[in-house]
Amino acid sequence: MTASTSETATAAALALGDDALVLSHRLGEWAGHAPVLEEEVALANIALDLLGQARILLSMAGDEDELAYLREERAFRNLQLVEQPNGDFAHTIARQLYFSTYQRLLYTQLAEGTGPFAPLAAKAVKEVEYHQDHAEQWTLRLGDGTDLSHERMRRATEALWRFTGEMFQPVEGVDVDREGMRAAWLESVGDVLRRATLALPEGPASGAWRAGAGRQGLHTESFGRMLAEMQHLHRSHPGATW
Amino acid sequence: MATAAPHHTARAQADGQDEAAHAAAYEAVFDAAVAADERIEPRDWMPDAYRSTLVRQIAQHAHSEIIGMQPEANWITRAPSLRRKAILMAKVQDEAGHGLYLYSAAETLGTGRDELLDKLHTGRQKYSSIFNYPTLTWADVGAIGWLVDGAAITNQVPLCRCSYGPYARAMVRICKEESFHQRQGYELLLALSRGTPEQHEMAQDAVNRWWWPSLMMFGPPDDESSHSAQSMAWKIKRHSNDELRQRFVDICVPQAESLGLTLPDPDLVWNEERGHHDFGAIDWTEFREVLKGNGPCNEQRITQRRRAHDEGAWVREAAAAYAEKQATRAEPPAGHTDQQSNGTGSPQGDEPAGTADEHAEARA
Repeated sequence: MTASTSETATAAALALGDDALVLSHRLGEWAGHAPVLEEEVALANIALDLLGQARILLSMAGDEDELAYLREERAFRNLQLVEQPNGDFAHTIARQLYFSTYQRLLYTQLAEGTGPFAPLAAKAVKEVEYHQDHAEQWTLRLGDGTDLSHERMRRATEALWRFTGEMFQPVEGVDVDREGMRAAWLESVGDVLRRATLALPEGPASGAWRAGAGRQGLHTESFGRMLAEMQHLHRSHPGATW
Repeated sequence: MATAAPHHTARAQADGQDEAAHAAAYEAVFDAAVAADERIEPRDWMPDAYRSTLVRQIAQHAHSEIIGMQPEANWITRAPSLRRKAILMAKVQDEAGHGLYLYSAAETLGTGRDELLDKLHTGRQKYSSIFNYPTLTWADVGAIGWLVDGAAITNQVPLCRCSYGPYARAMVRICKEESFHQRQGYELLLALSRGTPEQHEMAQDAVNRWWWPSLMMFGPPDDESSHSAQSMAWKIKRHSNDELRQRFVDICVPQAESLGLTLPDPDLVWNEERGHHDFGAIDWTEFREVLKGNGPCNEQRITQRRRAHDEGAWVREAAAAYAEKQATRAEPPAGHTDQQSNGTGSPQGDEPAGTADEHAEARA
């Protein structure tokens, strides 16, 4: 393997690994705060699956703890979608619906390929199918539940919509058909939202700021505070083992 | 279960007799089953006081599991390595799962989760006082695993043989997981104790703060314990508070030595004659104060629990409304009452277990 393909593979592993790491962290913030006991179990389950994926992916790029705990905000390559604060339960579910649908399509393609991510994707796609089903069931309940839940779910799908376009930007080293994925994603998410008596939001699917986004290390303001909390203890004891 | 048939036989035989004779016949069968170490099952006759004692105890245990998530969840977002983060998240998830089994066990006695949660939220039922202490450093996660879960296991292993079947079976599964939690806590502390001087000090400080509250987890001394005698007779409880506390101290002393940490009790010494460790006097004033609500975190724990419940009300209402719409849409043929056909189940889980059976019985 040449140096440049190795660098490409590392950057790709970071992009996919950071998505899983950061979303896992956000879901972990729900512990002790979920609306019903079954969701304490379900959200933790999803967070644990994602953390498992993150550990494998980050280990492909280097030392998992150095990468998670010692990088600065600008060095993280995750999508801005996954770093968005939990908000109310509808926001968390909308974020899950958007991301898990994307991740299922991504891992399905990667699992069929012969690249370095195929073994992980083959295993993880089964987990992600459950994540998507969980998000779908809750989107239906909230969208087609009460007037209040419908309104909250609608607001959540719209608020997070502008972070969805980034999922279909090419990532070097992740060899998938992005345009095919976008079409399949729109169809799948659109179908769930329609059944939930909602609709695909109409606004732009990406922000007006074209300088770049998560994959280029540009994040939203709350992400820095999330990392400060996540990294504080590890950074306070340089060189210690835990 | 083997006990079910004789109980039902007794019920049939008792038909037609007067009320007092019924009660006496049922009670005789119940007493015999308990004496023979057989399990009492949900449909068996049981004394009202046995039922209410069990509901109180199981509910308190369930509440302790879900309140107990808070002090540990406090460190999920700051866990210092990804491995530790995964272990901690899995542990907190297990506690939510234990809460689910235990509320289900209470439901088999006819008391639903909503009612029990309401009692918790309004202070009419308690949870273990240990969770009213704060987790101030990462080492507290280890100390909770080693000491608090260790004490819980010492208390709970005998409950696997408790006379009430659903509770005993829930405890078998819970004890397996708790024993894993206890080992991870010990291993976490070992890593700190053998780490940098700062990490060692963190571990020692945590053990200093958690040791005495852990001893209090076994409850008041035997001569002051109000429910103990009856619970022992019913085999809901198998050993006295002081017996279990002594067993725990004897287990912890050599473990503390292996950890390279000291237990904060100058009076702790091996007593050759008794074959046990003697230990210092417990500050029961503190115990009673924390129990009364004056612990460092009582207010915080119950406030967070209530807030999560209240803020989640709209979500539970949405799920119920959706399930109702789905049931209507399915338009079942007359007489068909299976509401689970939409596949979503009951996300609130507030339907008492056994309802389907009762429906079946009502239709039969």
